[in-house]
Amino acid sequence: MSDAKKPDAKRRNLIVATAVVGGAAGAGAAVPFVASWFPSERAKAAGAPIEVDISKLAPGELGIFEWRGQPVWVFKRSKGMLESIRESDSKVADPKSEEPQQPPYAKNEFRSIKEDVMVVVGVCTHLGCSPKEKTAADKAEMGADWLGGFYCPCHGSKFDFAGRVYKGVPAPTNLVVPPYTYLSDNKILIGDDKKGA
Amino acid sequence: MSTKLMALWEWFDARMPSVKQEYKKHLTEYYAPKNFNFWYYFGSLALFVLVIQIVSGIWLTMSYKPDANLAFGSVEYIMRDVPGGWVIRYIHSTGASAFFLVVYLHMFRGLLYGSYKTPRELIWIFGVLIYLCLMGEAFFGYLLPWGQMSYWGAQVIVNLFSSVPFIGPDLAVWIRGDYVVSDATLNRFFALHVIALPLALLGLVVVHLLALHDVGSNNPDGVEIKKVKGPDGKPLDGIPFHPYYTVKDIVGVVVFLAIFCVVIFFAPEMGGYFLEYNNFVPADPLVTPAHIAPVWYFTPYYSILRAVPPMFYSQFPGVLAMGLAVLLLFFLPWLDRSPVKSIRYRGPYYKIALTTFIISFLVLGYLGTVPTNAWGQFGPWLGEAERCTVVARIGTILYFLFFLLMPWYTARDSVKPVPERVTS
Repeated sequence: MSDAKKPDAKRRNLIVATAVVGGAAGAGAAVPFVASWFPSERAKAAGAPIEVDISKLAPGELGIFEWRGQPVWVFKRSKGMLESIRESDSKVADPKSEEPQQPPYAKNEFRSIKEDVMVVVGVCTHLGCSPKEKTAADKAEMGADWLGGFYCPCHGSKFDFAGRVYKGVPAPTNLVVPPYTYLSDNKILIGDDKKGA
Repeated sequence: MSTKLMALWEWFDARMPSVKQEYKKHLTEYYAPKNFNFWYYFGSLALFVLVIQIVSGIWLTMSYKPDANLAFGSVEYIMRDVPGGWVIRYIHSTGASAFFLVVYLHMFRGLLYGSYKTPRELIWIFGVLIYLCLMGEAFFGYLLPWGQMSYWGAQVIVNLFSSVPFIGPDLAVWIRGDYVVSDATLNRFFALHVIALPLALLGLVVVHLLALHDVGSNNPDGVEIKKVKGPDGKPLDGIPFHPYYTVKDIVGVVVFLAIFCVVIFFAPEMGGYFLEYNNFVPADPLVTPAHIAPVWYFTPYYSILRAVPPMFYSQFPGVLAMGLAVLLLFFLPWLDRSPVKSIRYRGPYYKIALTTFIISFLVLGYLGTVPTNAWGQFGPWLGEAERCTVVARIGTILYFLFFLLMPWYTARDSVKPVPERVTS
């Protein structure tokens, strides 16, 4: 080369071209590695709907069922519990369930299809712990004005008996109501709301 | 040395002279300031704990099974049936806490003597990256015993990512490889814990040390010893790292090991701080333990997370605050405008700021270990707010003010004249 300081344009272009093609190949090669972190077909298949028999639940009793590896609560609320939901309207952040945390048919006063039976995913909307039932009798622990509901032990979020989140707690939204439907009076299909599916 | 051994060494040296060169460069001819004090034990101790963790970790993988159905049982098998298994596991679990303790003290040393300031910014940045790596190691490793705390701790941390706007829920599913923490999650966390992060950690430790040895060590006086050299070109205030500081560091290692062994043999669970009681119960995806708290070394950040209230029906602000609390460390070299490095020559502003910062870090750390209702509530005059939450909010604000006000108070602080040479 006559002038060592002057870059050889042809060589430089070849280097750029090689780098670009090599970079593209590298990005392409990363695809299967990134993709392999998504749920496998087996994990996806495990998300099928479940059937739940509620005939054995007494009023005030909470049944826990597993759907997609998460706890789903099926809760037969007593008259007093339904009353407490009305009373807590002023204490909860989203009393009318404006946030889309439930299917349209559960966007009502008690967040359920039938007044007394609540179906809700028992996972705190804060960081995914499973809240505990604290009835109105737990006033000693929950404070004198506690009406009963659910308390998340991880970060202290509180929910009423309709799964509505209290104001001023870490959880931002109401508990999620999953899609569900009644197959008969005492049989609920959780995870799907189209009958006979 | 016998002549035969000498001959062997010469044979080796002729073929690979870089070994001798590097040995000189990093040990016998690396000149470190002669005034190192107590705080300078923790760098070499961190390296020592890293070796402990790697060796005990390799041995644990020989009996551990990264499978949701077998993991919990395999840990119990290590504890009860594998000869020496219990001591290896306690070494590893205590080593994790020791690692953080040593690294926190090492970082505090940096804050005391301004070791992050010019020309050591890169050393500090590599150090913060090491700290991040270590947090990853601790988090991934904590899932492996597949106890209740492993499971729900991972559930909480992975869900932090689901609060990221728009991509959050998909991101969390991608990290877990499932809709909940499951076998897929356990298996990949195992891979990250035993291969990916240790490799990154080792690489970062190498660049941390290379960068350190290029510019030289700071010291309690914060003066550059390279500025004053003798006729032989060696710093007058420097002494060869080997044998002077290797001998000093061995003393540190002996004292450390004495304390370490007391913990392993008499208090390996440390009253629930090193190994949490709930982790002796197998993971149950349907039941959350009554009280969830991370291991002690994460609790300051956990407190910050809890202290920030949800905004706009999202708890992303809390997650952001927690992330920012760690990331701010990267900017420390540029936030500090003080003309001096060491606290010995700084004025009252920095001393007050650092003390406040350390106190709020410790208080946040304590609050992160207890439920938010642990101290009860304030009266109606404060809207019956939980005392813990209010204190955590104050602590969080003070934590951030240490960094955010730093350009202001370090520039205005009165400073004492820095001597030319190190003091005794």
